[in-house]
Amino acid sequence: MSWIYKTAAEQAAALAAGEVTSVELTQAHLDQIAKVDEQVHAFLYVDTEGALAQAAESDSRRAAGRPLHELDGVPVAVKDVLTTTGLPTTCGSKMLEGWIPPYDATVVARLKDAGLPILGKTNMDEFAMGSSTENSAYGPTRNPWDLDRIPGGSGGGSAAAVAAYEAPLALGTDTGGSIRQPGHVTGTVGVKPTYGSVSRYGLVALANSLDQVGPVTRTVLDSALLQELIGGHDPKDSTSVQAPVRGLVEAARAGASGDLIGVRVGVITELGRQGDEESGWSEGVMGVFDDAVEQLRKLGAEVVEVSCPSFVHAMAAYYLILPAECSSNLAKFDAMRYGLRVTPEGNPSAEDVMKATRDAGFGDEVKRRIIIGTYALSSGYYDAYYGQAQKIRTLIIEDFTKAFEQVDVLVSPTAPTTAFRIGEKADDPLAMYLNDLATIPANLAGVPGISVPAGTAADDGLPVGVQFLAPVLEDARLYRVGAALEAAVGDVLGRDKLDHRLGLTEENK
Amino acid sequence: MTDTLVAFDEVLERYDPALGLEVHVELNTATKMFCGCPTEFGAAPNTQVCPTCLGLPGAMPVVNGKAVEAAIRIGLALNCQIAEWCRFARKNYFYPDMPKNFQTSQYDEPIAFDGYLDVEVEGETFRVGIERAHMEEDTGKATHVGGATGRIHGADHSLIDYNRAGIPLIEIVTKPIVGAGEKAPLVAKAYVAAIRDIILALGVSDAKMEQGSMRCDVNLSLAPKGTERLGTRTETKNVNSLRSVERAVRFEMGRHAGVLDAGGSILQETRHFHEDTATTSPGRPKSDAEDYRYFPEPDLVPVAPSREWVEELRATLPEPPSERRARLQADWGYTDLEMRDVVNAGAVELIEETIAAGAAPQAARKWWLSEISRRANEAGVDLADAGVTPAQVAEVQRLVEEKTINDKLARQVFDGLFAGEGSPTDIIAARGLALVSDDGPLIAAIEEALAAQPDIADKIRGGNHAAAGAIIGAVMKATRGQADAARVRELILERLG
Repeated sequence: MSWIYKTAAEQAAALAAGEVTSVELTQAHLDQIAKVDEQVHAFLYVDTEGALAQAAESDSRRAAGRPLHELDGVPVAVKDVLTTTGLPTTCGSKMLEGWIPPYDATVVARLKDAGLPILGKTNMDEFAMGSSTENSAYGPTRNPWDLDRIPGGSGGGSAAAVAAYEAPLALGTDTGGSIRQPGHVTGTVGVKPTYGSVSRYGLVALANSLDQVGPVTRTVLDSALLQELIGGHDPKDSTSVQAPVRGLVEAARAGASGDLIGVRVGVITELGRQGDEESGWSEGVMGVFDDAVEQLRKLGAEVVEVSCPSFVHAMAAYYLILPAECSSNLAKFDAMRYGLRVTPEGNPSAEDVMKATRDAGFGDEVKRRIIIGTYALSSGYYDAYYGQAQKIRTLIIEDFTKAFEQVDVLVSPTAPTTAFRIGEKADDPLAMYLNDLATIPANLAGVPGISVPAGTAADDGLPVGVQFLAPVLEDARLYRVGAALEAAVGDVLGRDKLDHRLGLTEENK
Repeated sequence: MTDTLVAFDEVLERYDPALGLEVHVELNTATKMFCGCPTEFGAAPNTQVCPTCLGLPGAMPVVNGKAVEAAIRIGLALNCQIAEWCRFARKNYFYPDMPKNFQTSQYDEPIAFDGYLDVEVEGETFRVGIERAHMEEDTGKATHVGGATGRIHGADHSLIDYNRAGIPLIEIVTKPIVGAGEKAPLVAKAYVAAIRDIILALGVSDAKMEQGSMRCDVNLSLAPKGTERLGTRTETKNVNSLRSVERAVRFEMGRHAGVLDAGGSILQETRHFHEDTATTSPGRPKSDAEDYRYFPEPDLVPVAPSREWVEELRATLPEPPSERRARLQADWGYTDLEMRDVVNAGAVELIEETIAAGAAPQAARKWWLSEISRRANEAGVDLADAGVTPAQVAEVQRLVEEKTINDKLARQVFDGLFAGEGSPTDIIAARGLALVSDDGPLIAAIEEALAAQPDIADKIRGGNHAAAGAIIGAVMKATRGQADAARVRELILERLG
């Protein structure tokens, strides 16, 4: 069996035991990319030469007995919203086509410092705006479990790459669910760490107060390994917290082998069947969720229902705060220093060039949010929109504070439905936004969240995830509970089914 | 378009002027406001830049603690409250010299607020209220090529140097200054001068208006005499010398009055000041209500200076320049006129050090404002850069008082100092400038001179002591100036008196 089907932790152990080299591992993943990515389109850029060169260096270090890290030599994919020296960084936008950053994001530098070969850059909704990866200027990514369906978004590329065994590990970013919702629809694990616990330096900001970099993997333990590697204080990010990230791997191992006796789990009333009827919680998703809650009980957890009444306003607040911040963040794309430049006919002024470039370079969803954000910040509207949204944010934080006085972790379905068909919601932004209903509160409050595959929906057989949320800086709780659920449900997804859908047989895989 | 100007005295008959002054000070921190790039003036374009100050995607700001410290010290020196907690905000607008198309500034939460500064104009003290002093970053510097005016309008192309982008600025904003009447132009000038003095005393900027490290925007409005309400204001940008501040106020007063007298209304707009003609011309209108869409900068955490730190910084404040000047004038016994000349020559510190090195106040003033000023002017350098140290001046004065040299020889010593020939003592030795201290050679020279001019000798003997001057002159000539004239006179009179 190819090495690609092993978890990152298993690959790392095999490297340490000398059973495989990093070059072999990296090549195996590059081969898988070559086989399936034409269908999946998880990658915007594959750095074959660079990854193999880094793998060779890793092998030299191993041979010399000086690996840099436990994961030294295990390849990784990086969402195209993180800057990478020498590799194109487009953010899924025409605006940055061909831009090669002169610097590495801190998280990318940490991957390199630990010796992980970088396979390439993964597809995403333009500037991370979307829940389906359909908003990428370079074409959609497809869900490996059903190629007619979306892989979630904005980080559909990272999730699909990991789901389709093109990479054992990937980095994503989560502003309102862009790691967790793709995890849910692709049967992968995705974690949004506590706000400020992973550096944002080099993350091309969507909404600075909401964005967070996190791991995308196939197992909870792999996410723990990756988050411990990329996390920790960064002096280049003023919002980065001083508290060290530790105990995640330990928590994941403990969770996988233990029970949940004494752990109090709160089911959020407002997220799920009891919630807003219009949100469209599907029976398939709710069925898997109910089974998962039952599993938690069996593991010894004390499950109670907890109400977070302000969560029903989270979506409205989010779609004011995010556009406000992004309208300002995206102002820098003006053709003056880098990226696309469109020069109109005649004798255009600098302003004319800016206008033409922004008109041609941004997609519809980006323009929509810039317009909303500009409006929300305008004189005379600020208090009614941005100001009110910040108040809701405070209420949501208070809801979390009260909830965590009663329980150790909160649980909900990660998203209302399984993967929908490509094109199904493309013309209905509001329907698209509702995908992030359950994930957005964590971003508004800065608390950590994880989505763990919990099974497949009875109606369509597609993956369903369960989301756990923990108090700020208590990410370890997510790993313990997540790993326990993961161990309890077992391999419900089935790799063979995936291979079949990707057209891989015993002969060609 | 020609402006109708009303004569200054006439303006005051009908209107009360109100001023508002915004002074931008470029801090002299080693690094920029939000990144580690150096700030040295004059480097090759776009060599002091990084992802953060170029606004590259993904880059983030980090606040320069030294800039915060300077801001607090400026706030304290202007008698401001220092915020216990304040934030940066984004000021959003598009302009090619601004890398992010927003300026990271402060909006409704400035680091320092509600202060004042007393300025003196013609013996009268005006208290100027300070609204706020806040931190922000400078923009890049655009050079517009090919247009007639050097402005972006009409230019063929523009060159942008981002070395300046991100340099820390402190913007100091006054409350409306009312009641200055005819002294408004002088109050404006005196205020800016006082700010400059404070900035220099704090050592936080070189505050050179001509180089742009201190810039002033002048807001002015007129209200019909006796009415309480403020009129519509104009903002004249980048008025870059003290004299120009005064002239800009004067011009705008005359122009506003012309418009108002004709029944017109003042357009709220920014205006450009022209140094050559001392006039202003319209810039962009503010009437389309620029909406900067300020909101708190989400990439930075609040600045919350502890009270202990603020008090530590308060203890580092220098004596206020105006108080210090009054104290020094009293200590030195200078007249108002003498002190004014010393201040204008930028010689206060030099004289203070010279006196500390042992010279008497009047002697110190004399050397710096005559001999050294003349040479500095000829060389086109500041007094402080003239190549003579206060210690050397004190030594020259001591040598004069000890009669090693006289005033005339002292000038030759200064020649030597300017030429870099070493210490005063070295120069005296090398150039053979010491006065003849032994009476023997002097008596010989006197005898020779008396023998050569017997008629003069007779006059002196006859009681005409004034005639001794001719003999003294001859002795000085014979000794090449190195005789103590007073001693020569004594010796002559001893012999003939």
